[in-house]
Amino acid sequence: MTTPTYTPTTEEALAALMGDAPAAGAGGAAAGRADSTLTPSSVHSLTILPGHDKRGASEQFSRLTFTAGDVVCVVGATGSGKSRLLADIEWLAQADTPTGRSVLVNGVAPDLSGRYSGGGRMVAQLSQNMNFVMDATVGEFLHLHAESRGVELSSEDLSEIVEGANRLTGEPLSEYRQLTELSGGQSRALMIADTALLSSSPIILIDEIENAGIDRHQAIRLLQGAEKIVLVATHDPSLALTAPRRLVLTNGGISDVRQRTTAEERLAARLTQLDELQADLRAAIRGGEALGRFADDERLP
Amino acid sequence: MKLITVAGPPACGKTAVILKTVLELRRMDVSAGVVKFDCLSTDDDERYARVGIPVQKGLSGSICPDHYFAGNIEETVAWGQQQTVSVLFTESAGLCNRCSPHIRDVMAVAVIDVLSGINAPRKVGPMLRTADVVVVTKGDVVSQAEREVFSSRVHEANPRARILPVNGLNGQGAFELARLLRDEAPEQATVTGSRLRYPMPSAVCSYCLGEQRIGAAHQIGNVTTLNLTTPEIRA
Repeated sequence: MTTPTYTPTTEEALAALMGDAPAAGAGGAAAGRADSTLTPSSVHSLTILPGHDKRGASEQFSRLTFTAGDVVCVVGATGSGKSRLLADIEWLAQADTPTGRSVLVNGVAPDLSGRYSGGGRMVAQLSQNMNFVMDATVGEFLHLHAESRGVELSSEDLSEIVEGANRLTGEPLSEYRQLTELSGGQSRALMIADTALLSSSPIILIDEIENAGIDRHQAIRLLQGAEKIVLVATHDPSLALTAPRRLVLTNGGISDVRQRTTAEERLAARLTQLDELQADLRAAIRGGEALGRFADDERLP
Repeated sequence: MKLITVAGPPACGKTAVILKTVLELRRMDVSAGVVKFDCLSTDDDERYARVGIPVQKGLSGSICPDHYFAGNIEETVAWGQQQTVSVLFTESAGLCNRCSPHIRDVMAVAVIDVLSGINAPRKVGPMLRTADVVVVTKGDVVSQAEREVFSSRVHEANPRARILPVNGLNGQGAFELARLLRDEAPEQATVTGSRLRYPMPSAVCSYCLGEQRIGAAHQIGNVTTLNLTTPEIRA
């Protein structure tokens, strides 16, 4: 490996400080700027080859492949190795991380040149405790995000993202709203629509998103439609059962890969009905309505 | 011994990043020590000592902290050699964003947090612009899009740097940083005769020497006058 140490002259350093940086160096040059279309994905499949857990025991699978549009659930206690699994994917591990796993992209060992390009290149992450902190309107923010990727955002693109977000939340937002004024549900909805339509990451992890405020099933469909590989870290039964496969993490390793059974599919259908009932109840409460008409709702258990 | 200069604005997570990185280095059987530079007070040395990391602290007091750093780095490296650590981190806060402790041919790390705002990478100045590695912290609390925008702003400010997200709380990214430093930081026996990457402020004025009174009559030496003009008020 080469030494990255950079030694500018004082003049170069001063020029750099004045915003007049010399066009030198290639280290990590592709930071989020390489793509030219709105929803590119050169990643059609991702394969994980097994490593070992923290005690050195081999992982219990021979080869795990996710293809674009797949939804995969990830379960396990805190500290069971969820973060490391994602980091292995983000890092495109080649048996060179603490787990010894390897990651293949489209079936072959990937180009590793993007490893230090700033993160979030492979895996976009969304969790309940993420917030918008930028002092900008929704529209300004989406333009900034597009600009950071070197793409032009047309007014149609912008409307598509805003409408995408509005299909997920009960409280519609507009491009003129201030980001930091959005409710939790609106923020989450915009984050998902933005990730689906404007982020170049081929994989998205949804980490314990609460049901309140957004339609999570609709959110997953939006991401699937955008050809993302959707990883869902959750212990919520209704959400967990949307995935045909559940990766079980124990002690830093994948200890089991569970296929959804037909009985679980029936259960999932019932739970989805309950979710829909909850959503209807919430909408009725928000609208100031009486709820008595739901007392004998057939969706109630 | 590998010397690594770590710099970043106050409260951006430097100590947390170094702590997690040293623990990852330890897992790779690479020993590390830390010298913490600060201005008025710090308890960070305690945080390092608590997990058994050899640590020293230096408080600059009434002296410019970056000048203090430059004046002490030679002895700091000698201390690291005595401790027989394989990696020595220096941690310093870039208090006014004007200075940078980075030294030519010494691995230079800048730490910056995403909560500091998207214009921060431009404002932080030479400690980020001349760094080899820029570590971005606190990414776990902002949206994916803001992380992407922030990374691209860091890249604009310093196109040569490797950009690496590290979570100072759970240590995500620290393994990758530790490995980068282990594999790519050059060895240093000494920094005697080395050069800073960026010059320190050219200032010796009456206030540098302890003057407290305001007014032209009390100003001697290197004084720059702000050019205040009458602005046109836009309707």
